[in-house]
Amino acid sequence: MSKFRKNDTKELPPISTASLPDIVFMLLFFFMVSTTMREVTMKVQVTVPSATELSKLEKKSLVSYIYVGTPFKQYQNVFGSEPRIQLNDQFAKVSDIPDYITAEREARDEAEVPFMITSLKVDEYTKMGIVTDIKQELRKAAALHINYSSRKKER
Amino acid sequence: MAKKIPEIPAASLADIAFMLLIFFLVTTTMDVDSGLERRLPPMPPEDQEEDDTPPIKERNVFVVLVNAKNQLLVEGEITDIDELRDKAKEFMANPYNDEDLPEKKIETVDFFGQVEITKGVISLRNDVGTQYGTYIAVQNELVGAINELREELAKQKFGKPYEKLDSDQQGAIKDIYPSRISEAEPKKVGGN
Repeated sequence: MSKFRKNDTKELPPISTASLPDIVFMLLFFFMVSTTMREVTMKVQVTVPSATELSKLEKKSLVSYIYVGTPFKQYQNVFGSEPRIQLNDQFAKVSDIPDYITAEREARDEAEVPFMITSLKVDEYTKMGIVTDIKQELRKAAALHINYSSRKKER
Repeated sequence: MAKKIPEIPAASLADIAFMLLIFFLVTTTMDVDSGLERRLPPMPPEDQEEDDTPPIKERNVFVVLVNAKNQLLVEGEITDIDELRDKAKEFMANPYNDEDLPEKKIETVDFFGQVEITKGVISLRNDVGTQYGTYIAVQNELVGAINELREELAKQKFGKPYEKLDSDQQGAIKDIYPSRISEAEPKKVGGN
């Protein structure tokens, strides 16, 4: 009997998992800090063109986005297959852009307004007509600092 | 003696943390947004008279036209996009003071003293039917041409890449090679 008992005490103790939550929390905080929330649900297909002379968008909080591309399949019976503009979560017309810019400005601190950037995420197969219209609207709204979103081109 | 309070089990804490982690992994993006940065010209005032700015001499303008079939016409010649960068560089630098290439004016710039600065302007006009991808490629080549010239000058003068210079030195180089890319006012033309 005593023989068995001796054996029992020699059994390997289970690996402590007490530090596992700490490790996972560390990972969690890393991801929370290094990533940004996805802000909108994409309704248009956008493949941005590639370029070499890129500059990074430093402050995400100062950027407002304008998406242009062909609507996804499930929206095509309503909105057609021609390239459309998406602002926030909805399809929009060119004439909606000044209102959007004003709304974006009001959402920011007054001191930050002069540094705001409009990022144009436009599909590479879009015709320039719609892009020129957007640029004209942006000029009217005095949102002059723009960024043509593009990928890094491999040389 | 009071009953000992049993310890709260911490075994499920890991599960909760994993759940949060996975939530953040799914809802966030990691990609850094980058792109071609440009400034649009301000809108001219509505009541502007016929513009009274003196006309720019033809030799000072580098005309780039892009048509609806994504073909390039540079200074009246059909050009491939791969040649655009070199042409734009030659135009902006005008190394041999060619008669057909832009004039220069003498100005004083910090670090450099008296230098000749080009009066050249790049003018870009596209058709309504031009593809956005081509437009960006053209913009990219033009911006690239100016960036390359700045890079060369920085290496030659300071022996360092342009990025590594301090802001005064960068400013001086920017004065010598200004980024003058102008886009023509869009014109409404009949037809489609």
